[in-house]
Amino acid sequence: MLSLQRNVALGALALTIALAVLGAFVPEWILYTCALVLAKGLVVLGLCLLLRMNLVSFGQGLYYCAGAYICGLVSQMGISDAFFLTFLAALGSAVVGLILGLFLSGYRSVFFAMFNLALSMILYGVLLKSISLGGSDGVGVAAPTYLGYAPDGEMRLYVFFVFALAVAGASSVFAFLYTKSEMGLASASVKDCEIRLEYLGLSVRYLIIFNFVIASTLAGIGGALVAMVSGHIIPELAYWTTSGEFVFITVLSGPNGILSAFGATAVFETIRLVAGQNMPNSWQMLLGSFLLLSILFMPNGISGLFRRAKAPKPDAVGEGINND
Amino acid sequence: MDIAFAIFADGIIYGAWLFLVAIGLTLVFGVMKILNVAHGALYAIGAYAAATLVNSSFFGQIEGMAVLIVMLAGAVIAALLLGPFLERVLLRLFYERDEIVLLLVTFGLSLILEDLIKLIWGVYSHYVPGPYALFGDVEIGPLFYVGYDFFIVGLAVVVGLGTYLVLNRTNVGKVVQSVIHDDEISRAMGINVARVYLGAFTFGVFLATLAGAFTAPMIAITPTIGVNAIILSFAVVVIGGLGSIQGAAIGALVVGLSRASAINLWPEAELFVIYAVMSLVLLVRPEGLFGQIQQRKI
Repeated sequence: MLSLQRNVALGALALTIALAVLGAFVPEWILYTCALVLAKGLVVLGLCLLLRMNLVSFGQGLYYCAGAYICGLVSQMGISDAFFLTFLAALGSAVVGLILGLFLSGYRSVFFAMFNLALSMILYGVLLKSISLGGSDGVGVAAPTYLGYAPDGEMRLYVFFVFALAVAGASSVFAFLYTKSEMGLASASVKDCEIRLEYLGLSVRYLIIFNFVIASTLAGIGGALVAMVSGHIIPELAYWTTSGEFVFITVLSGPNGILSAFGATAVFETIRLVAGQNMPNSWQMLLGSFLLLSILFMPNGISGLFRRAKAPKPDAVGEGINND
Repeated sequence: MDIAFAIFADGIIYGAWLFLVAIGLTLVFGVMKILNVAHGALYAIGAYAAATLVNSSFFGQIEGMAVLIVMLAGAVIAALLLGPFLERVLLRLFYERDEIVLLLVTFGLSLILEDLIKLIWGVYSHYVPGPYALFGDVEIGPLFYVGYDFFIVGLAVVVGLGTYLVLNRTNVGKVVQSVIHDDEISRAMGINVARVYLGAFTFGVFLATLAGAFTAPMIAITPTIGVNAIILSFAVVVIGGLGSIQGAAIGALVVGLSRASAINLWPEAELFVIYAVMSLVLLVRPEGLFGQIQQRKI
């Protein structure tokens, strides 16, 4: 396990540095898109952890939006340190995730999806109508500083990109090691047989809450990053279509895999960017068809493509013993 | 007193409309266990279809109550074109999958349909103002209402009662109920389950397009009306209990009255109230007010 930790951490560090160097040579709009991909990829990463348990949240926008608003509102008070803002957003969304997770852990399938959706729509409704929180106009977010360093001009976006890369890299290492840990492995078997887990002495409810808190923390961090890169936040971050977008990317990514979460987000954003410019009224159709085809032909998403060759299909293992 | 009456009347009118929009969603879930996210897009297509027919040069000549028949025809044509196609060609491929996968499939479908709407009808607003004035104005005490609103209430009652009676009092309904109860046993008893699914889904699509067609005169028809309708329908069917017609009626009334109270007493809480009630119901009765308790997955 220790050597695994070291190898993964080193690999992630090398990848992060390589991407950071590469980032110095690309035009600004690509850098901006990459920063968005990193932010949204974190939300998707969290949803992947839930999808491993066969839970789909149609309300992840809630934590994403909460993180963004925590970041935005605190930055309005004059605090602009990116590290501190990200930490606060992570903490805030983790607390919200814990409180709501206590209730949500008793729900499965469409009920879990719908309950999450209702909660995120509550936040949307509150934000839309509360004048003190900017209402439908949203809130402006000040340009972030980094432990006292305030980049200006062209450097501003690049420094933020490196920061986002570091945050995403650290989160990915954490998520990878978590999926290989006892807790992570136990969580993955929730979808096969809950009773078996319970008679082994594990609490399914606790596992769900635990994963849910991780997912909401990651969504909060993603929200904070989006707030800082776009400089403006609006209630639509909590609207159900935002959550739907995340679910879409998660299905595309598949439950198993860390890099695939970011890869799928990159595919999504690229399709949206390219197709959105060239065929503004039919890019959703392209995405929708893409989603249907990937559900039909890649039930385990992009991550499944790389996995199938070396491991037996999870379905084949579960079939004989699944009592459902 | 006036406010109380206004809340009551607004709530009933809005609730009736919501019921009309949501009943197809709950029916399809009840029979096929599919939470059809594309229901909103189908509702929008119904509105566009009705608008196209009513505004066409041929049917545009028609005046008076016969316009309502033209709108109904729009809904029927849209449903017959889309329902069987979607069920036979698309959904059939995913029947063996999990409920949540089917939800995702219909989500993908809703994205496709939304753009299809933009490609066919463009992104600009369409209007069918004519029928809205058909029933004149109604004066109740100091308040004025548009007569068409009460027509919607009547339509909701007819559609709701009709669907309920077909399901509970006819042979077709008994067959559908048996498929709802257990599709494998039904198949063993000689019921053509595939045909029941086809019929139920097409009828669900028809209910969506019907709601859209008769909402068309009340609104500016834009490609986004479906997104707003489906999210409200979710609230209605979850509050009432997924798959229950009576539940959808109660859910629609609860949402309608809560929203009307909020608008009259505390306008800022309009959206908040609907989803707060939805969350509260999920918390206290996860299966909804009329839903059946589901067994835990083992």
